[in-house]
Amino acid sequence: MGYELDFGALLQYLGLFLEGTAVTLGLTAVASLFGIALGIAGACAFRSKHLWLRRVIAGYVELIRNTPFIVQMFFLFFGLPSIGLRLSALQAAALAMTINLTAYAIEILRAGLEAVPPGQREAGRSMGLSPLLIFGFIVLPQALANVYPALVGQITITMLESAVVSQIAVVDLTHVADYIQSRNFRSFETYLVITLIYLVLAVLMRRMLALAGRQLFAGRVR
Amino acid sequence: MTDFTLWDLVRNLLLASRWTLLLSAIAFAGGGIVGLALLLVRIGRNKYGRKAVMLYVELFQSTPLLLQLFLVYFGLPKLGLDVSAWLAAAVCLTLYSSAFLTDIWRGSVEAIPRGQWDGSASLGLHYLAQLRLVILPQATRMAIPPTVGFLVQLVKSTALASIVGYHELTKTAQILTNATFQPFVIYGLVALIYFAICFPLTKWSRGLERRLAVSSH
Repeated sequence: MGYELDFGALLQYLGLFLEGTAVTLGLTAVASLFGIALGIAGACAFRSKHLWLRRVIAGYVELIRNTPFIVQMFFLFFGLPSIGLRLSALQAAALAMTINLTAYAIEILRAGLEAVPPGQREAGRSMGLSPLLIFGFIVLPQALANVYPALVGQITITMLESAVVSQIAVVDLTHVADYIQSRNFRSFETYLVITLIYLVLAVLMRRMLALAGRQLFAGRVR
Repeated sequence: MTDFTLWDLVRNLLLASRWTLLLSAIAFAGGGIVGLALLLVRIGRNKYGRKAVMLYVELFQSTPLLLQLFLVYFGLPKLGLDVSAWLAAAVCLTLYSSAFLTDIWRGSVEAIPRGQWDGSASLGLHYLAQLRLVILPQATRMAIPPTVGFLVQLVKSTALASIVGYHELTKTAQILTNATFQPFVIYGLVALIYFAICFPLTKWSRGLERRLAVSSH
C-alpha cells in the first residue's frame, strides 16, 4: 500500500537493457543456426536405411522433447563437470539451447521432407542430377518452405525459454532484470518492463522472420 | 559424502515428483475452467470480447513463463499483495495453461464446418443449445489429442516453479545436489523421472491423433 510506481528510475539502466537484449538475441541466433543445420542433418539421417540410426535419432528427439529445458541445462552446466567436462555458463546455455532446438527442428523438418512429393526427386534424377544436388536444390528448399512457419514458431519459443539461462548466471535480459531490481528494489516495474521487451522481441521476430521467409521462398510460403 | 545412497536419492526425488504432479493437475484443471470460459468469449458474438481474449492469449504465448512468475511472485508484493511461492506458481501456471488451452480449443471449434452451425440453427436451436448439443461434442473429439499434448508442455513448465522456491522435483534436485555434490547422477535421474511422466502422455496423444485421423476418413 502507498507504493508508487516509478518507471523513470529504470531509464538509467538503458545500457544494461541493451546488453541483455543482445545476449538473449545472440544466444537465440546461435541456437537457431546450429539447431536448424543439425535438424536438417538429423531429419535426413532419419530417412536412412539403417534402423539403428533411426532409433538413435528417435530416442534423442523423444528424450529432449519429454524433459524440461531447465533440467537439460542444469545437467550440462552442473553435471558435466563431474565427468571432467567443464563449460562456461555462456557455453552451457548455448549448447543446451542448441540441443533443445535441434530435437524440435528434427521433428519439424522430418515432416517437411515427407511432404515433398516423390515426383520431385524422380524429376531431378531424370535430369541426371547427383543425389546431393537433388537434395540441395530441389528437395530441401521445398521442405524448408513447407515447414517455415513452424520453424519460426519454434525459434520464438527458444528465445522465450532462454529466460531460464539467467539461472546459471548468463547475463541475458532476465538476469539484467534480477540485477536491476536488486539495486533499486522496484521489482514490479523492472519485471514488467523486461516482460514487455520480451513481448516486443517475440512479435518483431515473428514478423521479420515471416517477411524474410516471403523473400527466401518466394511464392512457396503461404 | 556417503550419507545418501542411490536409493535415498531416488526415493527423495520420487517423493518430490508428487508436487510436480499436483501442480500440473491444479494448473490443468484451473486452466481448463478458465480456458473454457475464455473460449466461449473467443467464439462469441462480442467483437471486443473476442479481441480481448486474442490479446490475452498473445500476451501469455509471447512472454517468458519465468517472467510471468517473477512478476507475480516478486512484483505483486510491492503492490501490497503477498503471495507464497506455491500460490504464485499455481496462479501463473493456471493462467498460462488457460491461454494455451483456449487457443487449442478455438482451433477445434473453428474446424467444425459452417454447415453444422447453419443446420442446427435451422432446427431452431438457439446459440447456447447449438454449442452444447452440436458444436462442442464434435469439437471435443478433435481437441483431445492436442490437449493431451499440451499436458506434456505443462508438466515440463512446472519445473520453472523451482526458481521461485516451490519444492517440486527440480527444486529438490538442487537441494540434493548441494548436499551430496552428485549433480550428474541427480539431474540424470530427474530427467528420467520427467521422461517417465511425459513420454506416456506423448505416446497417448499420438495414439489418439492417429485414431482420430482414421475415424474421420
